[in-house]
Amino acid sequence: MSIKGNLWDPVAGFGVTFRTMFKKVVTEQYPFEKVPTAPRFHGRHQLNRWPDGLEKCIGCELCAWACPADAIYVEGASNVDVLPDGSPDESGRFSPGERYGRVYQINYLRCILCGLCIEACPTRALTMTNEYELADDSREALIYEKSDLLAPLLPGMTEPPHAMMISDDHQDYYRGKQLPIVEADE
Amino acid sequence: MTIEANHETQAPVELVTLTIDDVSVSVPKGTLVIRAAEVVGIEIPRFCDHPLLEPVGACRQCLVDIPDAGNGRGFPKPQASCTIEAAPGMVVRTHLTSDVAATAQRGNMEFLLVNHPLDCPVCDKGGECPLQNQAMSHGRGESRFHETKRTFAKPVPVSAQVLLDRERCVLCARCTRFSEQVAGDPFIALVERGAQQQVGIGPSSDGAEGAPFHSYFSGNTIQICPVGALTSADYRFRSRPFDLVSVPSVAEHDACGAAIRVDHRRGAVMRRLAGDDPEVNEEWISDKDRFAFTWSRQDDRLRTPLVRDENGDLQPTSWPGALAVAGRLLESVRGSVGVLPGGRLTLEDAHAWSAFARVALGTNDVDFRSRATGPEEADFLASHVAGSGLGVTYDQLARARRVVLVALEPEDEAATIFLRLRKAVRAAKTQVVTIASHLSRGSEKLGATLVPAVPGQEVAALAGLELGAGDVVLVGERAALVPGLLSALATLGAGVRLAWVPRRAGDRAAVEAGLLPNLLPGARPVAVAEARADLAAAWGVAGVPGVRGRDLATIVDDAADHAVLGLLVGGVEIADLPDPARARAALAAAPVVISLEVRRSEVTEHADVVLPVAPPVEKSGTFVTWEGRRRGFATALHEPGSVTDTRVLAGIAEEMGRPLTFRTPADALVDHDSIGRWDGAAAGGPSAAPTAPAGPPAGHVVISTWRQLIDDGRGQEGQAEYSATARPAVARASAATWSSLGVPETGTVVLGGSATFSVVVDDLPDGVVWVPGNNGVNLRELGIGHGSVTTATTGAESTHE
Ligand code: SF4
Ligand code: SF4
Ligand code: SF4
Ligand code: FES
Repeated sequence: MSIKGNLWDPVAGFGVTFRTMFKKVVTEQYPFEKVPTAPRFHGRHQLNRWPDGLEKCIGCELCAWACPADAIYVEGASNVDVLPDGSPDESGRFSPGERYGRVYQINYLRCILCGLCIEACPTRALTMTNEYELADDSREALIYEKSDLLAPLLPGMTEPPHAMMISDDHQDYYRGKQLPIVEADE
Repeated sequence: MTIEANHETQAPVELVTLTIDDVSVSVPKGTLVIRAAEVVGIEIPRFCDHPLLEPVGACRQCLVDIPDAGNGRGFPKPQASCTIEAAPGMVVRTHLTSDVAATAQRGNMEFLLVNHPLDCPVCDKGGECPLQNQAMSHGRGESRFHETKRTFAKPVPVSAQVLLDRERCVLCARCTRFSEQVAGDPFIALVERGAQQQVGIGPSSDGAEGAPFHSYFSGNTIQICPVGALTSADYRFRSRPFDLVSVPSVAEHDACGAAIRVDHRRGAVMRRLAGDDPEVNEEWISDKDRFAFTWSRQDDRLRTPLVRDENGDLQPTSWPGALAVAGRLLESVRGSVGVLPGGRLTLEDAHAWSAFARVALGTNDVDFRSRATGPEEADFLASHVAGSGLGVTYDQLARARRVVLVALEPEDEAATIFLRLRKAVRAAKTQVVTIASHLSRGSEKLGATLVPAVPGQEVAALAGLELGAGDVVLVGERAALVPGLLSALATLGAGVRLAWVPRRAGDRAAVEAGLLPNLLPGARPVAVAEARADLAAAWGVAGVPGVRGRDLATIVDDAADHAVLGLLVGGVEIADLPDPARARAALAAAPVVISLEVRRSEVTEHADVVLPVAPPVEKSGTFVTWEGRRRGFATALHEPGSVTDTRVLAGIAEEMGRPLTFRTPADALVDHDSIGRWDGAAAGGPSAAPTAPAGPPAGHVVISTWRQLIDDGRGQEGQAEYSATARPAVARASAATWSSLGVPETGTVVLGGSATFSVVVDDLPDGVVWVPGNNGVNLRELGIGHGSVTTATTGAESTHE
């Protein structure tokens, strides 16, 4: 390397620095300013509901089976249509059909947010949100329970357990039937 | 390739040679093509075919092309390989080499799926479903069916523990064939025709429609159903196959040693399935072996050692502390301790109990029998059972000319024997004779010839049988209650093979380990000095006690009378003992009571030290079957706090300063085997005369009883669906007996002053009433057993029927 080259290099370097001072800043001021993610960003999961509030998850464990990081734990159970005392209250029903997910956990210390679980889900119960703030200071806090993952109740939804409101036939839920429109009382 | 002549057909087998997918194979004449293909490693898809059921050709999934049937002409259409026998020179082309076969299989799969629901995500079979798997491997991949599928109401319970989902059924008739051919309970059948064909509940034995599917073997239909049409109410939605860790094991509920598979998830057993052991249970188990596994995780399970404090309360204690207290207490009453280890031990643990009694306690006051027994049994076991090795086997049962059942109901007491006998009877190889009070439903299914006997008078019935070579006699544990019966069996003629079939899984191992007052390990008689010296040398002690010890009844009596000061008790259910009231008095009277048990029991209430031990699922060990076959099993659930009887007893012995030569079950087995079988003369057999028949006094009856397979035993707790399939508790007697007692045939009878049963008229000798041993009421609590004479009075009108 020649002496001329050695002298010229710092000048060229500072030139870059000097030019950049006049460009638009790309640094994001997270956490003071939050920038929206790309619309299909793989963030925290959500367990969706039918329009009447019943859970879409049927506890089939296909998501757990698909998960390459073994982050999901599911236990299924029977929907109970009668109360223990025999009354036909249907208050033991959490999802349409025979089966629901009684225990649902995702361990975000393991999850790699790959989305294979949501591809496996046969009922579209499991989808991903754009929520990415998944940090905490204990291991337990990062195991999300069903209550942490369930979608919020929207207007018109009733918190399960309750009877099927859309139709007596659970197949109608999958066919996309909507809640019957009830005229508001005068 | 050739299938060897199997050992059942010792004669050379005739072989036929055929070609499957261009591979030549020789198989025994009569082999089905589907099985011949397996020999060369070609798997033809199938649903209805099952090697242990008769071929039916119901599902049509196994179609193959047969261009040459061995006579130069081929079949014009694909044939079901599960119904066609191999013929010499036959040419078979499966889906691997023939488009005709592959297209036929794909087409058939499409038909099967036409009405099959898209249930896999909610279906218990999902993940281990032959229909899922074979639809992937031999199906089209995409459905062309867009019309509406046929639907049925679902699920319908065919019994409390078997649920039927008719939409999923592929009409393979495996379940109905199993019920009819293997179990002999044809309660389900294929009903209706065409698209509406479905499995239905068939007529019951009395012709009524829709009787629930009551069978002791119903769980097997769940396992062999090739789809999720039959599912278990107990396992419903519990887990998926990939969640489960499977461990091969051995059933702990009877002395048959049935192979099972234990599936557990997160430290809890989810289900049990039948294992596959052609020598023992083939692929079938009873519902008890399948469903009764929750008993060891009930709320009363003991997890920490307990020691009674000054105030008389049991306090949780550390293991070293509890062992030290137990050792100190036992040392203080050494020489006056009765040992009751119970009948559910593995060979390893039984050996440890035996060594502990002889070495640490220096006594022969040990008796494994936690049930009513008679004076002849100990001598009979010492002379005819201990050390007899592998005697009569399942295989020999199936080939015997005649099998005589004495005081034994295989369907209730030894389910695997029942199934094997039924198979032999159906093959017209074996004739079954039963000496009993009546022809039970199980005996009926065996086509058994009844030799009726009033309980207590079985000896006379036996004498009339003229037993000879080729006969096998199976004697149950109830025989001990009949005076002279075991003595008579001990002197049967040459050529007659005799096997003792106990009810509990640990009974045979206990005999081998010498848990009897007159017997030491390896069939060494207590009475023979050389046998004792031999054993003392092996254990490195100065000597083992030489006086015949007390038996169960004497230990209990003497403890109640303060002549025995200490009791060391294993898993003994007080209500099963011959005299529960006396046993309770004994426990209350004994100054020292040490208990080794899995769950809290009545003994716990009296114990000074309670040492929790592992149930079979949490330990490894070896059960010994009634045949004398060893059935080793590995630990299924690894629970850090679970310890075996062997570890506990070795620990107490060390605290007493009288250590055993082993500490672990594995070493206990090595010790047992190195001590080996005594090669001197066997102990003398029993010799007692039968009692003369005497009719029961007026208002009294002779009781015939045994425990039904599904009853109120503590080993079956926590399984409501299973328990709901128990046979109803009824009393059976002849019409003449009921009328002489003044009991109406639709009424109820009160036995022994307090046990009420609905009345059924059956063909029993007059003056005899049969009742189940422990359904609704444990007869031992009333002092009633097989052959007892008790009062019978009429009760309130029956609410049944
Ligand atoms: S989220 Fe979907 S895939 Fe997972 S258990 Fe529920 S229904 Fe099945
Ligand atoms: S039987 Fe098999 S194919 Fe049918 S729904 Fe169940 S898992 Fe799916
Ligand atoms: S219920 Fe199962 S075993 Fe029975 S016929 Fe249907 S598919 Fe076959
Ligand atoms: S397996 Fe051959 S017809 Fe079903």
